Parts: sequence; C-alpha cells; structure tokens
Amino acid sequence: MIELLLPPLLAGLAVALVSGPMGAFVVWRRMAFFGDTLAHGALLGAALGLALDISLYVAVVAVCLGLAAALSGLQRQRQLAGDTLLGIVAHTTLALGVIAISLQTGIQVDLFAYLFGDLLAVGWQDVIGLWVGAIVILLLMLWQWRALLSITVNEELAQVEGIAVQRTRLLLMLLLALLIAGAIRTVGVLLITSLLVIPAASARRLTHTPAQMAAVASVLGTASVLAGLAVSWFANTPVGPSIVVAASSLFVLTLLRKPA
Amino acid sequence: MIFASRYSLLVTGFIASLAAPLQQACFVQATERQYIIAPLYFGPFLMSEPLVTVQSVSVTLGGNAVLSDVSLTLAPGRITTLIGPNGAGKSTLARLVLGLVQPDNGNGSGGTVSRRKGLRVGYMPQHIKVDDSLPLTVDRFLWLAAPGPTASRRAALERAGVAHLRRRGVQQLSGGEMQRVLLARALLRKPDLLVLDEPAQGVDVAGQNALYGLLKTVRDELGCAILLISHDLHLVMAATDEVICLQRHVCCSGSPESVSRDPAYHELFGPGAGTPNLALYTHDHDHDHDLHGNATHSHEHSHSHHHDHDGPCNHD
Repeated sequence: MIELLLPPLLAGLAVALVSGPMGAFVVWRRMAFFGDTLAHGALLGAALGLALDISLYVAVVAVCLGLAAALSGLQRQRQLAGDTLLGIVAHTTLALGVIAISLQTGIQVDLFAYLFGDLLAVGWQDVIGLWVGAIVILLLMLWQWRALLSITVNEELAQVEGIAVQRTRLLLMLLLALLIAGAIRTVGVLLITSLLVIPAASARRLTHTPAQMAAVASVLGTASVLAGLAVSWFANTPVGPSIVVAASSLFVLTLLRKPA
Repeated sequence: MIFASRYSLLVTGFIASLAAPLQQACFVQATERQYIIAPLYFGPFLMSEPLVTVQSVSVTLGGNAVLSDVSLTLAPGRITTLIGPNGAGKSTLARLVLGLVQPDNGNGSGGTVSRRKGLRVGYMPQHIKVDDSLPLTVDRFLWLAAPGPTASRRAALERAGVAHLRRRGVQQLSGGEMQRVLLARALLRKPDLLVLDEPAQGVDVAGQNALYGLLKTVRDELGCAILLISHDLHLVMAATDEVICLQRHVCCSGSPESVSRDPAYHELFGPGAGTPNLALYTHDHDHDHDLHGNATHSHEHSHSHHHDHDGPCNHD
C-alpha cells in the first residue's frame, strides 16, 4: 500500500508546498481569475504537447506564458474590463483544449484526468520533477521576496524605490505558469485555482505578516493533500476533488476563529 | 493624529510659539550631529550638481496634452513647491520627476529628463490602498522600503509623529495616519530627493506648520532636495525656496515673494491671493542654525502685503 500511495503523496505535497506562497500572492494581487485562466489554457498546452510529441510541462509553461503576455496586451484597451477578457480567454482556451485532445488519434487520452487530476497515476519520475520544480520556485520566491512583496503592496512606490517592477511581475507569471504545469497532473486544471486560493485565504485569519501567511498556507495546503488522499483511499472518492473539499473544510474551520 | 492634535490648541499663525516644541525635538538630535551640520550649513553656497533636470518636456496622457514645454531643476538642499489649480499637471510633473511618467518622444520634441546617477528617492503619494487580504503591519511596510534594524524604523516613525502606529495593520490607518506613515517610509530611505504629493491635504493649519517645520529640518539634516505639490497657497510659501506656478506650462516661478507679486500668479488664483487678509508667512532666510544646529527661530511671521502687480514675470 505504501508503494502505491507514496508517489501520489509526495507529488501532492510538492504542489501544496509551493501553492502556499504562490497562492498568497494570487490572493493579495487578486489574481484568482487570472490563475484560473492560465489553468484553463494549460489544457490547450497539454493537448499541444501531445500533438507535437514534446514534454507536457514545457508545452504547458509555453502556452501559459503566451496567454499571460496576450492578456496583458489585451488589458491595454479599456472598453472591456479585465474579468470579461479573462472570461473570454479562459473558456476559449478550454474549448480549444478539449477539441485538440479529442482530435488526437492513436492514443487514448483521459480528459477527465486533465480536468480533475489523477494523482494516483503519478510515477516516481513525476515526483522527482515536481520536487525539483518546487524547490526552484521556492528558492526564486525567497530570493525575490522583498521585490515581489513590494510590487504587491504598491507598484509605483516599488518603482520609485528602484525595484524592477516589470521584471518582478514577469517572474511571478513565470512561477505561476510553472506551478500550474506541475499541478495539472495532481489536481487538474479545473481545481488548481482552489489549491492556490483556499489555503491562502484560510491562512489570512491566522497570521500577522505576509511571510507567516505564505508559510501557514503551505501547511494548510499540505494538510489538505494528506486529508484528501486519505479520504480518497478509504472512501474511494476522486482524489483531486477530495483534496479541494478538505481545503474548504479547513477554511470553514478558520472562519470559527476570531480574525487576527 | 497626534502630530496635529499636539498643536491643535494653538490657533493659527503664531508660528514662533509653535516652533518651540519642534526646536526641542531638533535639539536632542542635533547634539549628536553638531559636527555634520556645519558642512551642510555651507552646502547651499557651493555649486552642487542638480539631482534632476527636466528640460522643455511635454507629456500627453490619453490624447490630452497635460504638460507642455516644462523645465525644472531640483538641486540638493532646496525646497521646491508646485502650485496650480486642479488639472494643472502638478502630479504629472512630480510623476515625471519620479520616472513614473515618460515624456512624449514623438518626433524628438518631448524634451528630456535626466537624473543624477544613483539618485535615492523618497516618495510620499497622497494615498495608497493596500489590499485587505495582505496582513501587513506598519513596521513591515517600512521594512519593504529599507530592510534594517527595527530601531531605524522606530526612529523614522517617531520623526513623522506616528511611533505609536508601528504595530498597527496598514489597513487600519486613517487617511492622515497613512500619510504620516508614508512620510516616515520616505524618510527612512535617507533620500537625496523627497517628493511629497499634497502633504497638507486634510491637515489643520497648526499641523501644516509643524509639517513644514519638519520638512525644513529634514532638508537641513539630509541636505536633500524636496519637491512639494500643493494647492495651499499661503502656508507653503513660508517653507519654500522656490515656487513653480503651473497651468500645463510654467506660468511663473521663483522665490515665494516674487511669485506672489507676479501678475500670472494672480491671474491663476484670482485677485484674493496674497492680499492683506490672507497674509503671507514669509520664511526668514537669515535665521537658519546656530553652531549647534538648533533652529534659532524657524519662522518669521511677517505681514507682507503685496499690492504690486508689476513684479517680474518669469515666463519660461
């Protein structure tokens, strides 16, 4: 049993660990819908990866970054609000992704696994990849922590104080794209946002500093992965949704606490 | 707000008595700094390299010409105030200096902005809004601007009169408190150039006097240039070396006295500006500091009634 459960467990923990600080930034910068759009686009990336026979992770990261660039370009026009544009892009890329996957001939692709994740199918190779990715993302965030936080508090103050705002914002996009690419196999494109947003939101009520909030979000995300996997194992429920429900339950518990 | 309320009992105007507590504050710090003050005192007499030079710059935002052919030089140790009606482009000019707005560069006629290499800037915007989801205390907020020991942040907050707010969340601050904290944050960086957008907004007259007194002290200590935006015409005059009157272009500029005599100034602000019932507080340049760095008298209350409308107009 342990050989069966260990890879999914380690993979889930890697994703949850990074989702903490990343999710905190998503919450602070109100990027939830943006992250969701990138995740939807990730399905298109996965389909392209299959069609072109290149690494799924590379294809997903490339598509996510392309989308991020396209969105920041689109947001320069002012007639339509940002969330409208995100709505258009998210569902267009999702639709294109589903079509592209359905057009694949020869190989059987489990669409459901991409949408909701298939943690139990994760192998040791994925685990190593995910942990390497997780450590790289965490180190980059740690290195650029003050810059990332500064542009989150106020971009103009940050710029005046000599922080490279554009470069830092680009770094955040890149890290988000990397995380989404990694998370596709664990919780799926439809549930990634929840793993980003819910633990961070739960951590808000429990913490007093940004660093605390990021760290506590990691802990809560990890706990959600553990609980979700356990529920899935014993009750035979789908893994991804079980993790999300576990995270939401923790969130409800934090609501009982007086706000910090 | 402590800063204002400490002085709120003093009715407007009597700045000399108001300056006493400020002098005390200066004294404590000055004793540690008396050797540094001397070179700073002579600083203004030396030719110093300008920090920022704006040369015949035009700025167009969203198709509207906001600034046209504006020039400005900011030198160390000088306090410059931008005045002008709403929509005159004061904030845009300040943002240009800060590098947050770029000059037009179509057909090469947008002018140039040059900054001294390694220029350290402190910026106090009118207001900033931090998302409620970010648990950020005032202390952490200051840390972002300049990581360092807690004592330096405490000192900066004390300077701005808001030491008691250090552990407060930034979202819980009132508008005035936030402004003080932003000032502390700007001071913490030990800037070469300090830019303040409407620092007197919503502050009573006594509080404004205290604020301008503080700015002068900071200028004398750090030897920095200060750029102020204000549409407050009178109090500002006292604490300023140079006034630039802006209405999309530079209407007039110069010392407060010369600007207040300028017909262009009266045209912009109406006939009431600078008349006896709105007496100017002029800044007495002879006082400055004694050898210990104490401001001997930081303001002189003078009733200069300017009726002379034929003064020199420095149209650029």
